[in-house]
Amino acid sequence: MIVYLAKRLGIGLMTLLLASAAVFAVMEILPGDPAQLMLGMNASPDAIEALRQQMGLNDPLVWRYLSWIGGLIVGDFGRSVTYSSPVLDLIAERAVVSLPLALMSLALLVAIAIPVGIFAAARRGRFGDVSVMSITQLGVAVPNFWFALLLVYVFAVWLRLVPSGGFPGWNAGLWPGVKALLLPSIALALPQAAILARVTRGAMLEVLGEDYIRTARAKGMPRNVVLWRHALRNAMIPVLTIIGMQFAFLLAGTLIIENVFYLPGLGRLLFQAITQRDLIVVEGLIMLLVASVIVVNLVVDLAYGVVDPRLRTRQ
Amino acid sequence: MKLTKSLVLATALALIAGAAEAARTDLVVGMVLEPPHLDPTAGAAAAIDEVTYANIFEGLTRIGRAGEVLPALAESWTISEDGKTYTFKLHTGVKFHDGTDLTSEDVKFSLDRARAEGSTNAQKPLFAQIADVAATDPATVTITLKQPQGAFLYNMGWGDAVIVAPESAEGNKEKPIGTGPFKFDNWAKGSSITIVKNPDYWGKAVALDKAEFRIIPDAAAAIPALLSGDVQAFANAPVGDALPQIEGDSRFKVVIGATEGETILSMNNGKAPLNDLKVRQAVNYALNRQEIIDGASNGLGVPIGSHFSPANEAYVDLTGMYPYDPAKAKALLAEAGYPNGFDAKIKLPPPPYARQGGEIIASELRQVGINLEIIPVEWADWLQQVFKDKDYDFTIISHVEPNDIEIYSRPTYYFDYHNDAFNKVIAELDVTADPAKRNQLYKQAQEILAKDAVVGFLFQLPKVGVWDAKLEGMWENTPTPSIDLTEVHWAE
Repeated sequence: MIVYLAKRLGIGLMTLLLASAAVFAVMEILPGDPAQLMLGMNASPDAIEALRQQMGLNDPLVWRYLSWIGGLIVGDFGRSVTYSSPVLDLIAERAVVSLPLALMSLALLVAIAIPVGIFAAARRGRFGDVSVMSITQLGVAVPNFWFALLLVYVFAVWLRLVPSGGFPGWNAGLWPGVKALLLPSIALALPQAAILARVTRGAMLEVLGEDYIRTARAKGMPRNVVLWRHALRNAMIPVLTIIGMQFAFLLAGTLIIENVFYLPGLGRLLFQAITQRDLIVVEGLIMLLVASVIVVNLVVDLAYGVVDPRLRTRQ
Repeated sequence: MKLTKSLVLATALALIAGAAEAARTDLVVGMVLEPPHLDPTAGAAAAIDEVTYANIFEGLTRIGRAGEVLPALAESWTISEDGKTYTFKLHTGVKFHDGTDLTSEDVKFSLDRARAEGSTNAQKPLFAQIADVAATDPATVTITLKQPQGAFLYNMGWGDAVIVAPESAEGNKEKPIGTGPFKFDNWAKGSSITIVKNPDYWGKAVALDKAEFRIIPDAAAAIPALLSGDVQAFANAPVGDALPQIEGDSRFKVVIGATEGETILSMNNGKAPLNDLKVRQAVNYALNRQEIIDGASNGLGVPIGSHFSPANEAYVDLTGMYPYDPAKAKALLAEAGYPNGFDAKIKLPPPPYARQGGEIIASELRQVGINLEIIPVEWADWLQQVFKDKDYDFTIISHVEPNDIEIYSRPTYYFDYHNDAFNKVIAELDVTADPAKRNQLYKQAQEILAKDAVVGFLFQLPKVGVWDAKLEGMWENTPTPSIDLTEVHWAE
């Protein structure tokens, strides 16, 4: 187990290193001078040159890469050139929005999708299954920004139950914060839940066709016990894989939802940093996202072992 | 029981009504782009000035809502006979938000810092004519110019020329310390910027106790934010097609104003075939201005025929110089040696006026045989490829700096336009202070540009202000980038 973990960590670090080089290279190739961008169209060339010097843009490429990597190793992500504050602070400010949002969406998505998937699988081909599956088909097809706007118009503009967007900050209290994240998490979770429900149903159907299910039923076990104890546990592997992928998506891929609800999350920070050519913020953020995907995958792998003891011994 | 219930209800209603009667003193203003930082002396982003100009920071002079020059920190000034020495008398008792006094030393520091070698002021040319700044006594500043400069007082009113203190200047990006009627309170990055009333302000106190600039990047989110009352004003609302919906709602006031943004179809004068006057004239004849205005600005833009704001008193209407005439355009192209037209590229930056205008212009130019390949580019890309490297044929952009006709005289500017006659007019303008003579020169400059068909002059970028019908004092136009809240108040 420990050997396995060490191996996984090693692979993870290699991935991070490769990602850092790739990110750095891409940001170098990207056209656009950050100094020119900040000073705009009326700036004199000497002012731009002075700013370039200040921002360290005139240092040699390899030197900049090495000093950046060196900083990362000791936990120094550098300073944002546009905001002129430490990158890690910027990320931390945004993570307190994105992380709770991702977790709320994840909880919502699992709570909806798994029971629905099981329900549909248990009633395969019958009315319940068909109607649930057509609704999930709709859920997969509806673009989430459109769904988000629909929610805003109903719950914020018409019913005035929640704010139309924005985030008051956690120091305004727990409830105002949760309230601000309510609609966004629903808008994020439902389309994802539709996908997960379909995966759950598929995985369940496969397992339900196995011999041991028939045996369990034949020896007189109640239907529900067979469904939840025998079938679900065995169907969890593909479901966990999808959940892991969805969590990574919820953490980083929420740009559109963050725009619709004007939430100051990680997705918006990334977008702003790219348009402002705040290279060091983009690089730091991507490294963090890569790291979080690696960690999520590791957690999912470990979870496989929990649901299926056979995988534990094989490792 | 029933009686008590209705009594409670009546009392509650009375309380709510009573609370609503006292005029509100808070305001939430929506804005699309977040400022990268809050130091107007170190960046060109309009969003910086929108938040800070006149609210947090003040200069010697200021630009008023009609574009006029008004006294600000300088209560008065005298100009020497030769027009080279300006003596400013400062208001006394002015304090920065950190409690330090404003003196002539701060003025000297601010102007010297802006014009110093290694300065990163985005409008450094504004200070180019200053030869010396002297703090004669604590309340007097004497500025000597290299040569008389007609626009000097106007230049000192720009956001980039505001007065900062040496103790706090370095921290202004994060925590701006100015002398204005509002103090910086809080910046929740990505979300909002809050300013509060400055109780120690030297001038007339503002009506608002607190104002929040809330960043709403998505146009689709702006409308529900207004409709739900979360945001009570947009100085420049990204409403697009939803304008009729807002106009029909009596809770809101919609004010169409003017900006200083001359929106133009820029052409690369240094590159064939656009280096040929006939070709550029042909392009101008092929443009249907009204169609472009309808498509790219919801019909709200004011047509222009040169690089000048119609709101300015020196404006000459030159829109009739090249009327829409595709036949004439074709004839001119044939004369220039392109009877079958030519292929070219148009690079479009992200604003909707450019992207939508580009589609329309491409289809108009196709009618006369010019086939445009449309290349959408990001803003940073645009600055690099088009503005800096001059790697373009056509582009569409709004030049938002006020009174910026002189850009056509800059030798390395991206138009690659060189005309000695024009440069002479601009040079003369620079040393002329007499308003009547300046207007005359401005007129000449406009005419030369129009005749040379340097670019396709399209329209003045409109400003669609939307705010609560009970809100008063917002600026209708944008003579300089600012969401000036100093006169904003709620009607009783």
